[in-house]
Amino acid sequence: MIENHKPKIGVYVCHCGSNIAGTVNVDDVRKWAQEKLGPEGVVIARDYKFMCSSLGQELIEKDIKELGLERVVVAACSPHLHEKTFRTAAEKAGLNPYLTELVSIREQVSWVHTDKAIATEKAKSLVSGTVQRIAYNTPLEKQKVPINANTLVVGGGIAGIQAALEIANAGFHVYLVEREPSIGGHMAQFDKTFPTLDCSACILTPRMVEAGTHPNITLMTWSEVTNVSGFVGNFDVRILKKARYVNEDVCTGCGICTEKCPKKVIDTHYEAGLGYRKVVYTPFAQAVPRFPVIDRPNCTFFQKGTCKACEKFCPTNAIDFKQEDEFINITVGNIILATGYDLFDAGRVTNYGYGRLPNVFSSIEFERLSNSAGPTGGEITLRDGKTKPETVGIIHCVGSRDKNFNNYCSSICCMQSLKFAHIVRERTGADVYEFYIDMRTPMKAYDEFYQRVLDEGTLFVRGKVAEVTNAARYPHEKGKLIIHVEDTLVGKQRRIPVDMVILSNGMEPRHDAKQTGQTFGISCSSDGWYIERHPKLDPVSTMTEGIYIAGCATGPKDIPASVAQGAAAAARVLDKILQKEVEMEPIRASVIEENCSGCRICNSMCPFNAIAFIGDLKVSRVNPALCQGCGTCVAACPAGAITGTGFSNEQIFAQIDGLLMTV
Amino acid sequence: MTDTFEPVIVGFTCNWCSYRAADAAGTARVKYAPNVRLIRLMCSGRLDPAFVLKALAGGADGVLISGCHPGDCHYIEQNYKALRRFLLLRRTLKGFGVEPERVKLVWASAAEGVRLAHEINAFVEEIRKLGPLNWPKWDNQSGRDLPADIEPQPIEEVPA
Ligand SMILES: Cc1cc2nc3c(=O)[nH]c(=O)nc-3n(C[C@H](O)[C@H](O)[C@H](O)COP(=O)(O)OP(=O)(O)OC[C@H]3O[C@@H](n4cnc5c(N)ncnc54)[C@H](O)[C@@H]3O)c2cc1C
Ligand code: FES
Repeated sequence: MIENHKPKIGVYVCHCGSNIAGTVNVDDVRKWAQEKLGPEGVVIARDYKFMCSSLGQELIEKDIKELGLERVVVAACSPHLHEKTFRTAAEKAGLNPYLTELVSIREQVSWVHTDKAIATEKAKSLVSGTVQRIAYNTPLEKQKVPINANTLVVGGGIAGIQAALEIANAGFHVYLVEREPSIGGHMAQFDKTFPTLDCSACILTPRMVEAGTHPNITLMTWSEVTNVSGFVGNFDVRILKKARYVNEDVCTGCGICTEKCPKKVIDTHYEAGLGYRKVVYTPFAQAVPRFPVIDRPNCTFFQKGTCKACEKFCPTNAIDFKQEDEFINITVGNIILATGYDLFDAGRVTNYGYGRLPNVFSSIEFERLSNSAGPTGGEITLRDGKTKPETVGIIHCVGSRDKNFNNYCSSICCMQSLKFAHIVRERTGADVYEFYIDMRTPMKAYDEFYQRVLDEGTLFVRGKVAEVTNAARYPHEKGKLIIHVEDTLVGKQRRIPVDMVILSNGMEPRHDAKQTGQTFGISCSSDGWYIERHPKLDPVSTMTEGIYIAGCATGPKDIPASVAQGAAAAARVLDKILQKEVEMEPIRASVIEENCSGCRICNSMCPFNAIAFIGDLKVSRVNPALCQGCGTCVAACPAGAITGTGFSNEQIFAQIDGLLMTV
Repeated sequence: MTDTFEPVIVGFTCNWCSYRAADAAGTARVKYAPNVRLIRLMCSGRLDPAFVLKALAGGADGVLISGCHPGDCHYIEQNYKALRRFLLLRRTLKGFGVEPERVKLVWASAAEGVRLAHEINAFVEEIRKLGPLNWPKWDNQSGRDLPADIEPQPIEEVPA
């Protein structure tokens, strides 16, 4: 068909204001396409200021109708931005959407090159490649698959809880999977929350309880997702439910087991190492669910075979030492990842002495210290648990905005430091110094909080602290921690002796964020946070259809922003569920059975088991419902018997020819 | 243009990571050598070695192949298959008398626009050092000598 009939092609070159026209001679590209690509089927070439505007789109629609265009090539921005726009426009004029292609002469030419002549030549060759290719494009129909209405939310911090509640309240089922014994995330560890200073537990607990009792939420704590397969609409998920050694069906959460357990261990997780917990425990009083877990590696019964105090005293016989890890398989249509953050390990900044100088505290330690349910009942004391500090230094940006550690700003540390200063002054009356590089308080009511802390008499020193030391040089420094800093506003080096140092260490991606990302098929930025589909316009979606991200898993943020993202991700999921079916790109492989020799090389190539060998016919066949269109089998078939829509050999060979036409 | 040799390079990227890395380089206005012309595939696993041969035969001096990092492929593990083909292809090219360095594989995630740009620049420099390939002109009539070192090489193990 190509031999005797070249399809009529229209070429449209976009100026994108000066974004393209500033570096590419658009007029020259248009003329060249009209003249040199005429023999390839180009019947019309135009340029226009903004092709994506409605006027630009109408230009295409009109030409399709009036000139009978059979293919449309738009040289503009990346297909990831506007392919859909132009395909929809062409479709409106009656042309199958897959007969329109975008050539990226902005992201791949004008924005990355400077020499106008060279950029123009490159633009021509890219246009020529696509013009050659598009002659071989075939009309395709989108496929529709039904969407499973269940949703998986991974991570039960405030972001995940919010997402789960939104979806459950809309009437759809949610599986909320949390790896710790209780939901709540980091927020459960705090006493007060900036800028309003409302009590963290008071605002969080009702949400946790609602999530724990909601008829549409299946809560799975002490559990982790181990495997995900399938695609948007139908993901098969395997969940490891770790043994709690407590029978959830009969446990009433009375707490007698914890009371009777004779063994205490240091709680490095929830209490940040400042307090103890029993071996059979719930991490905190308001934990949801209320069932305890037995910490097997520390349990005397599991170590020595004796004890069983918890079992003896349990009034409902809920302790079950024989319980085993279980795997549970579920099917869901969409997934939200709200796995949050890890704290930067303050000990890595060795010159601040965390871990070496006892009275240097990390941010989360201070949160526990100031928490009325914490190890000191909310008393702010030095490491000895008794002495009240008289002077306190708070150091900002520990591990953040630092080339040696993380380049990014953790965004909440200025505010958390101000909160600490307020709490210290309120509870101890101590003098407080804050050492900051820049004060960042941009959100609602944040700067007002800063003003309030200023008015309360906290002292601010602008400068990055060089060192915290206990090596006194002067008599008044004896027994103190000395903060050595360059005060950049005064232009002087200062040594400020204090009793207590609080490091405002920032956030880091979860240590296992990359593995978790791989399980769900999404990737991390170079800093390690999950990448959004678009940083501004699509901040809760990922490149993988049906997988959404929310909260601090995508980068540092405060509670209001985490909650907003949880709700936003839920809205995206509800949108998908209510559509009832999802359109799949019709990019699929298929076997030309006459050419198939039955060698079955392709069978093992497919990661989705979409290719089966038909024994009677001795040929392989692709199941289009399972095929995802990667094209590996197309490339692998030694007989050339497999073809892939959208990316056929003919299309790519033609594109190579076209790209090299100008050589 | 000056008399320095400007190589022509055809690049193949997957749709999910490396094409988006190119997008990211654009959005961030990272400047790189204009010698590369990219073709988008759905996955690096779609790369048929014939595409590379076709590009080299059609006048390209080098071919860049780019996909998601190992473990990050949108189709689970197809980039490992691309890696295997790449290694075999380099061996085949050697047999044809073409420097295997003319084909390069780069893993680039969607966030690595800057890295992709650096890799492109480095590759252009490498090819510039190798000089033009001019494969289309290699025939007996043209009198051009085939590169000398085409003795059979010991077969190396190709990692899976
Ligand atoms: C010291 C400090 C003080 C702060 N104070 C304030 C404040 O006063 N006001 C404010 O607005 N913000 C504050 N913030 C910020 C606040 O902590 C975050 O914005 C918020 O907690 C983010 O919630 P999240 O749900 O995204 O993450 P997280 O709270 O980290 O929750 C994530 C949850 O996911 C679970 N999880 C992780 N990985 C997996 C997995 N693979 N499988 C299953 N579950 C998993 C975790 O166990 C956790 O429960 C503070 C931060 C710090 C460090
Ligand atoms: S999708 Fe990028 S390599 Fe497979």
